[in-house]
Parts: sequence; structure tokens; C-alpha cells
Amino acid sequence: MKAPEKEIQQAISDPRLQLAIYTSTGRFIEGRAGVVSAEALPDYQALRNEANAIKKYTIENLDYYLEQLESNVMAHGGHVVYCRTGQEAADFVLDLAKKRGVHMLVKSKSMTSEEIHFNERLEAHQLEAVETDLGEYILQLAHQRPSHIIAPALHLNRYDVADVFTKELGVEKEVVIEKQTKIARGVLRRKFLEAGIGVSGANFLIADSGAIVVVENEGNARLSTSIPKIHIAIAGIEKVIPRAQDLAVFLNLLGRSATGQPLTVYTSFLSGPRRENEIDGPDEFYLLLLDNGRTKLLADPEKRQSLYCIRCGACLNHCPVYRKIGGHNYPWVYSGPIGAIITPQFHGVNQDTWLPFASSLCGACAEVCPVKIDIPKLLLKLRAEVAEVKRKEDSDSLERLAFQLFAWIATHPRIYLLLASLGSIFFPLVPRVGPLKKWASQRTLPEPAKQSFHQWWKSRVSQPKGGQ
Amino acid sequence: MSSRVSLFVTCIVDQLFPQVGIASTQVLERLGYQVHFPAAQTCCGQPAFNTGYTDEARKIARHFLNVFRASEYIIVPSGSCTSMITHHFADRFEHDPKLLAEVHALEPRVWEFSRFLLEVAGVEDVGARFNGVVTYHDSCHALRELRIKAGPRKLLAKVQGLTLAEMAAAEECCGFGGTFSIKFPEVSGAMARTKIDSIQKTGATAIVSIDSSCLMQLQGVIDRAGLPIRTLHLAEVLASR
Repeated sequence: MKAPEKEIQQAISDPRLQLAIYTSTGRFIEGRAGVVSAEALPDYQALRNEANAIKKYTIENLDYYLEQLESNVMAHGGHVVYCRTGQEAADFVLDLAKKRGVHMLVKSKSMTSEEIHFNERLEAHQLEAVETDLGEYILQLAHQRPSHIIAPALHLNRYDVADVFTKELGVEKEVVIEKQTKIARGVLRRKFLEAGIGVSGANFLIADSGAIVVVENEGNARLSTSIPKIHIAIAGIEKVIPRAQDLAVFLNLLGRSATGQPLTVYTSFLSGPRRENEIDGPDEFYLLLLDNGRTKLLADPEKRQSLYCIRCGACLNHCPVYRKIGGHNYPWVYSGPIGAIITPQFHGVNQDTWLPFASSLCGACAEVCPVKIDIPKLLLKLRAEVAEVKRKEDSDSLERLAFQLFAWIATHPRIYLLLASLGSIFFPLVPRVGPLKKWASQRTLPEPAKQSFHQWWKSRVSQPKGGQ
Repeated sequence: MSSRVSLFVTCIVDQLFPQVGIASTQVLERLGYQVHFPAAQTCCGQPAFNTGYTDEARKIARHFLNVFRASEYIIVPSGSCTSMITHHFADRFEHDPKLLAEVHALEPRVWEFSRFLLEVAGVEDVGARFNGVVTYHDSCHALRELRIKAGPRKLLAKVQGLTLAEMAAAEECCGFGGTFSIKFPEVSGAMARTKIDSIQKTGATAIVSIDSSCLMQLQGVIDRAGLPIRTLHLAEVLASR
């Protein structure tokens, strides 16, 4: 697939959208900066190193920790279901709902469920799935997909939300955010009480205790996982961490990197169904461990660091490209720099070949990544893989030829000097048509120098002294 | 210690901004260095590398190794090209121990221009004079790969007549990104315009940086908009009297 040039152009020239993205991401940037500063968190860099080390170790011993997790979840009376694909996960839920006579379920925010088009799969079988995170709920009503990992409706402002509520809920137009929240809350409270199943994601799966950890700010995840009789958590296999004490590292980093909060408002530790002497909690608990391509990523020792991601969204907030094009112009639910590195690995580098190139390689993403994924390095690696795919397919041969020619010139100084004296060593890279036109579409072209530095130096040394 | 230094001007400076190479030479000579310019030099190979053409990048890197084999100090008036050599050459030769050893021997000999002045020559005041308000643009590879942030500002602080006005978005990318600027011209242009908005708020009449490629991008957008701002490489400011 080619880059969605028209849509990108539309996003850039939409002042309302630009303002929404720039303001929201700007707020996240500012918030994060305040809570990871040397004064606020002296150990920040040490925590990042520790987080990276734990993730690296766990991903390299994933089989061991998944088995440990499984036996501890079962010891609490929970069930573990391994799902190879999104279809398998959806089928399991559909089957269970049918057996228990459930017609409606509530969901707390889960990118993993977005990834597998969970709601659509369920709705195709008349099982209603209601999103309870405010942003996700707005998007569900508006029939849109998330444009940001942690702030799914970041592209909408309160006037957009007012329109959505009026159209979909039949309420009077309300533009005050607190009142909009109240409207959503009124609808959702009833859904929590009616739902037969609550579905959540999981931020961390603790192998040594069998608990799952869900962080959130709205309390909807806590309600989704405690009111309905059945709780189903869907999580990627990479979410496992060895020990509960590792959370000291990750919880300290996640909220700070994501929203600029030292800790999110709610951190729920959920270990299995309600025990006999307990008042709250579901009767049944299922943990769906999803592969959906993740094991493919384990194969490459360098690229597998993509699986360290804790989905904080900091790389999106700090990415100057994301901040211009927004989340919807990325081909998958994971947008921004993390999307640019994982999408080709999940879907194949021959798909959406433009994606690894949609970056100025500024490195802002790697600088803020709490688990230190070297995103620019992986982008470069993926670019090389795309070039290799194109070589094999024999496509984009003009660009390849241009760089072969450029390399030949750059390794033959005499040719380089000859072309330099004619005014352009760059001619293979920026021929008078195409690329140069694209450059000039945005900017005035630099005047070629009358004399190259090479020529200046030559004329200088031929003079007796100085020559300035 | 040798007072002889080699200059790698980079292909962009050679072809489009020779005045930056000339200014670098002047500053170094005024400090008493004997500047050597290996005539067989061409490019660091970054355009090929960043576009995914690693074989081509490797060939150019080998050429660079040959040209600068005998140089003790290699001075580069670009953070981005310095970083290409010191941070990305090695991976090109991971399966060639002999050349890899050569690269590792090369890395500590390569110096970005401002860092050389501060850390090797040991000067902050090069005796320059420049009248005006300028703002400094942190180029991404210098900032995030070479960790250059305070150095150029120290040098600018000692320039007589110069006032440094910091912009809010100093660390934001200018949007150049090599072939990114051609593959995604609209995004690249929009990034530059955001940067320039931030620059305009400072009241500066010139943008200073240690990378000519960023300045080419910014100047291109400035000229298109007809704004009264010019772009200058740090070496040009330091060479002014």
C-alpha cells in the first residue's frame, strides 16, 4: 500500500484537527517533562535501564514465565486460554456468552481488543460490546477508531463530542465537558449493572503471583472487572513480567510517561474470581493470552525489543510526524513511532512499505521511551528490509539505480570532482523532475554555490599564501 | 599534540554551502591549526543509509575510511554526518572484523566542529564579533546521538555583540530528515513551519545551527514565506569579525 497522501494532506490542512492534536500532545509532553525531571525523579534513567533489562530478560524467557503465570492463575481458580489469532479469542468469548446466555458485555479500554477487531467480531453474532472508557465510548458512538494509544479520542474536541452525543443518544446539545461526562456516566452505569460479562485488557501479567494489573483513571475498568459475573482479560503474551516487585519499576514509569501522572488514579490487582468469603468480584475469570503474530517478532534478536512496549504513548506525543498527520493515517490501531515499527513486523515488511520511511529519524521517540526501545534503529533496519524486498520484487528500480549511481560517484573522487565542477553531485538523487519538484512544493530551492569547497581549496593552495 | 587537523566538509557543504567550510577553515587557522583537506573526500553515505541502501552506504563508508586513514583529527561541520560516522559506520561492518576494527579506531578521531573547539582546542572565545539577536536550533542527531546541547551555546555566548534568544521549540525537528523531505514533502514542510513559528516568537533575525542540512530546510521555507530571517552555520558566526 502507498502512503495515504491525500488523507495526510487533509489532516495537515485541517486547522481544527491540528489544534486538537498539537494541544493534547503538548499537554502530555509538558506533563511528562514535569514528573521525569531530575528533581522530580532522580532515578528516572536508572528506572528506564531497569525496565529495559526486565523486559529483555522476560521476552528471552517468555515460555518459562507464561507457564508460571498459567499455573498461578489456575491456582487462584482462573482459567488460561491461549489464542493464536483474534478470531480464536472472539470465538471463545462468543461461545462462553452463548453457554451463559449473555447478550451484552461491557469493556474497559484495551488496545489488544482493538487490534483484533473484537467488537465487530462480536456484533456480527449479535453480542453487544459496550465501551466504558469515556474516549472509547465516544468513538464507539461516532463509529470511529482510536487515534492514540492512551487518548483514543484525542482528535475530537468537546464540540465534536456534543454533536456525537446529540446524534447518537438523543440528548440536548451539551458542550461543557463535565456535563458530557455525566451524560456518559448515566448511560454506562446501567450497562455495568446489566452486563453478563466484563472484558478488560491488562497492563501487566505477574507470573509469580498470577495477578493481572490494570491501570486507569476513570474507574470503569474496576467496575467492568468486578460487577459482571464473568471477567475476561485479553492480553498479549508480551505483557508478562516475572515478579510483583517489578511493578515498582513499571508503575513508576508508565503513568509518568503516558499522562504525566506519578501514578494513575486506579491501579487494580486482580487475581482470579471471587473467593468464598469475599463480597465482590466475578464468579468466573478467564485470561486470554493472545499471540496474533507476536511469536513471529521473537525470531529477530534485535527487532524483538519491539515487544518491550508498555503502550504509554509517549513516542506518539513526542513524534513531530504523528503530531502533524494524527493517528488515523497510520494503517493499524498502533500509530506513531511504535506503530511504524510493529506494523511491518506483524503484517509483513512488504505491506505498507512507506511506513518506516514516514519519520525524519529525529530520535525524540527513543529519548522518551520508558523501556528504551531503539525505535530509530529499528526504523532504519526496516527501511533496509523494504529496500531488499523491492530489489527482489524489482520495484522502485529508479530509486535503487539512483543510489547505486550515487554510491559509485561517492567512491570515485575524480568523477565526484568532475560532477561537482558541473554543479551537481546530487543529480541522481534529485533529478530535475519528481523529487526536486516535491522539494520545491514546500520550499524555495537553495542556490547552487558558484564555487564548491573543493574548488575553493584548490584555488587557494595554488596561490602563494592564504587566499581568503 | 599535533596541530595538524583534517577537514571533512561533507557533500552538502561542499556543493551548496562552501562558505561553511571556508569559515570552519578560518576559525581553525586563527587558532593556530594547520588545516589539511584530503581531496579524495566525498560523502559519509548517510543519504543511502537512511533510505535503506545499506550496501551502497557500506561502499561509501569504506571510501571514507581509506581517505581519512592517516588523519589524527577529522573535523566535521555537521552533527548529522559526524553521527553517521561515529554511530552508524560500525554496524555496516559487523561481519568484517578487519574493517570493523578500522572503524572503531576511526570513531574517536572524528570531531564535530564545535566539540573540537571546546574539548580539543579548549577555547570558548574565538574572538568573533557578530551584531544581532540569534536563536539556536538543536539539530536532532547532534542533540540526541552526540549529546551536543550546551557546547554551541557556550561558543555563541562569547561572541561579541551577539544576543542568544532561546526558542520554545529548540529541540523539535526541523522536518528535513534527508529523503524524508522528498518522500513526505507536505509533512516535512509543516514541521518546518511549526519550528519557524516558534523562532519568530523570539524576535531573532538569524537561526544558528551546526547542521547545514537543517538550515537549508528552514531557509527554504523562510524564503517561500518571505520572512526576514536568515540562517547561519555556527562556523560562519564564529568566523565573523
